[in-house]
Amino acid sequence: MSFFLNQLVIGIQLGSQYVMVALGLTLIFGILDISHFAHGHLYMIGAYLLYIVMVLGGINYWVAFIICMAALAVAGVLVERVVYRPLRGQPQINTFIAAIGLILVLETLVRGIQPNALSVSKPIDKTLQFAGITMEAQRLIVIVGAIVLIILLQLFIKRTRLGTAIEAVAQDREGASLVGINVNHISALTFAIATALAAAAAVFMAPLGFISPEMGSVLILKAFVIVVIGGLGSMKGAIVGGYLLGIIEAMAIAYISSAYKDVFAFAVLIIILAIRPTGLFRGRD
Amino acid sequence: MTLLRVEGLTRLFGGLVAVNKVDFALDEGKILAIIGPNGAGKSTLFNLIGGTMPPSSGKIFFNGNDITGWKPYKVAREGITRTFQTTALFEELPVYVNLVIGRRMRTRSGLWDIILHTPRQKREKNETTAKVLEVLEFTGLGQYANDPAGSIPQEAQKRLAIGVALMGDPRLLLLDEPTGGVGMEETDNIIALIDRIRAKGITVCVIEHKMRMIMSLADRIVVLNFGVKIAEGEPQGVCDDPAVIEAYLGECIA
Amino acid sequence: MAKYTKAGVLVLLLGLAVAMPWMTSKYNVRILTLAMAWAIATLSLNLILGYTGQASLAHGALMGIGAYSFGILAQRVGLNFWLALPLACLITAFIGLLIGLPSLRTKGPYFAIVTLCFNVIVYKVFDNWKWLSGGIQGQPVPQPVFLQQRWARYYFVLGCLVLTLIIMRFIVKSLLGVTFMSIRSNENLAEAVGINSFRNKLLSFVVSCFFVGLAGSMLALENGQLDPTITMQFNSFYILIFLLIGGAATLSGPVIGAMGLYWLLDYMKKIGIKGIEEFRYLFFGLILIVVIIYMPRGIVGGAKQFWEWAKARYNKRKTEGNTGKTEEVLE
Repeated sequence: MSFFLNQLVIGIQLGSQYVMVALGLTLIFGILDISHFAHGHLYMIGAYLLYIVMVLGGINYWVAFIICMAALAVAGVLVERVVYRPLRGQPQINTFIAAIGLILVLETLVRGIQPNALSVSKPIDKTLQFAGITMEAQRLIVIVGAIVLIILLQLFIKRTRLGTAIEAVAQDREGASLVGINVNHISALTFAIATALAAAAAVFMAPLGFISPEMGSVLILKAFVIVVIGGLGSMKGAIVGGYLLGIIEAMAIAYISSAYKDVFAFAVLIIILAIRPTGLFRGRD
Repeated sequence: MTLLRVEGLTRLFGGLVAVNKVDFALDEGKILAIIGPNGAGKSTLFNLIGGTMPPSSGKIFFNGNDITGWKPYKVAREGITRTFQTTALFEELPVYVNLVIGRRMRTRSGLWDIILHTPRQKREKNETTAKVLEVLEFTGLGQYANDPAGSIPQEAQKRLAIGVALMGDPRLLLLDEPTGGVGMEETDNIIALIDRIRAKGITVCVIEHKMRMIMSLADRIVVLNFGVKIAEGEPQGVCDDPAVIEAYLGECIA
Repeated sequence: MAKYTKAGVLVLLLGLAVAMPWMTSKYNVRILTLAMAWAIATLSLNLILGYTGQASLAHGALMGIGAYSFGILAQRVGLNFWLALPLACLITAFIGLLIGLPSLRTKGPYFAIVTLCFNVIVYKVFDNWKWLSGGIQGQPVPQPVFLQQRWARYYFVLGCLVLTLIIMRFIVKSLLGVTFMSIRSNENLAEAVGINSFRNKLLSFVVSCFFVGLAGSMLALENGQLDPTITMQFNSFYILIFLLIGGAATLSGPVIGAMGLYWLLDYMKKIGIKGIEEFRYLFFGLILIVVIIYMPRGIVGGAKQFWEWAKARYNKRKTEGNTGKTEEVLE
């Protein structure tokens, strides 16, 4: 029983990472109609930035966390401006292809500079024990951190003016611009938020594993799976889907096999799409 | 004989009733006009008949067969083709290729025919070419034959869309605002074209706003408002119908 | 007139291709052979993407499946070369059918993602299942006696490339090709004029898979040895890049793109400037971004566009009854 609970906790932690990445992705989908395939590689850059700031710069984990989120927010804005905006109005597949180009650039750049896997130390190196569960403190940080960020995001979208503007653009871009909303600013803001979330996920996750150039490549596929299944643009779908996938994966790794751990998500996607090509929930589209 | 019969056709979008228990019938060789204010559900009605979306309830009978819920390509092969309110064409492809595509459903050449160069594929190519020339002349688009469909004038595009729909030898042609956004002289061109289509024995159902057009072409009119059929009959009678006048706020000019 | 110049150019190129092994080093012959195999793969993606408009990212894995099918059939099952080769292509086409059935209901980038997922699954299977992939030693591929010589393999692959081009040309210039293009151009309209788009997309995908299986078999043949990395998703990206840069929806584009870039890739590795090895992929990524933004029709497409524009400027007047040119597409 306690083994099962442990796996459940791991699943929730895994899910937390997925949710943070998928949320950003679904925001971009829902608001900007962009298939931001490079999102996972920006996540990877976030992890490397953490290493640089923490290990090379000697800066405290929590300060580094803030720095990474801020820097990645800027990076996201840049990517939107330079790579995606020129393709506005073109079929979605073109932005997808541009994203492929970008991930090649990012991955080989990183691999060329530092091909070896890196690691960073945990800020709180303790193991917690309660209710029969044994859990590293870092995992708790991931879970709690994710919940905090999710709540903050929801508050932002629902309660602030900027948040309402974002929802307006998501519903009707032309209409929103007609009432004076600057769609370009909203695009930039959306990317900033999404990429900052990805950075947070990377910073939370990094102490638990290794930092490598390909760490974003499978993650992005899973994030897409979550977004497609949960509904494009649906934040609720991304949250439910993310936690669900995390738990399923953790259980599958523990009880079935670890070698094929990555393909469970894809198998689920393919089965679902075969039955319902439009996904499970209704998102924006 | 009755070619198309629509019974109790209804379409809901969430809570909104776009088409509400509409019934009507259309005889072969006649022209039926469907009119009504904007948002009355006319295009949705075409979408239901054409198979682009399934009805929430009701039935559609064509040529004696129940075609309710059939997919668009099946409906087209059965003999109903259409044009769209926002002109739909294969824009980057030349005009004549657009027409070729319209004929494809009447050909059977498949992969093996093509690789093995069977006589069938040769024959079908020639037949298609002949039909393309015929329709080019019929619609008066000869001069644009090699131009990309998206580059020809708006009115020619409307004629092309009709031409593409004709290539498949339809028995029923659904035209959704064939003169939308088109000037007076060009409207007359299209009216003449529709007349020629009727002369060939093809049944036409047309959604229109321009009264002049409707009065000169239509054998019968169906009037929709808020998804409901509020009047049906011969043009003059419908125009005098108080319900219709009210719906149009007195815009009905004979 | 234009027709004869075109034919003339083709004859010249063919002559050049035939004469190549005598004109260049043994190493280059091998590179050209491999490049031609990649050209076949790129032509296959061109059918489903360039003409039918569906961006498959599974072609790398499918190429690997073709390669392994050929290798296993020829070495482990011991089939004759002339049986193993077409069978490998058919196996790849069949797997393509299995992949296509669920995936082709999705559109645009979602189809790309689903196919990419398939690619990752295939790679993971090959990577983990030692029996299938041959483990660390990999899968050896026997070369039949008449193809033991390097130049013999060169000519064989050249022959396959020419055959692929011929069949592709037949398809593209036929009613079927026009059907594919209609799906790419406006799928809803195609359906409204009686075209079963799912069936046609599936057909296009399966035919495409047959040829990518051929490409994989050619790679297997030339390399003589296979390992699971041939099914990695990066190959899907490369084929895509070759296609887009060369020019999708043309027949020369894929060939030029694949052979030119493959050669460039190899050249960059050869001149071995420190650090260049990894950075060639970065270079490709940059080119891909630039091309998709500024020159989405690729080199050949862009050149054609320029040629059309120049011709239109030159012939300001339209002649009557152009209908003579109706023959062009449906030769």
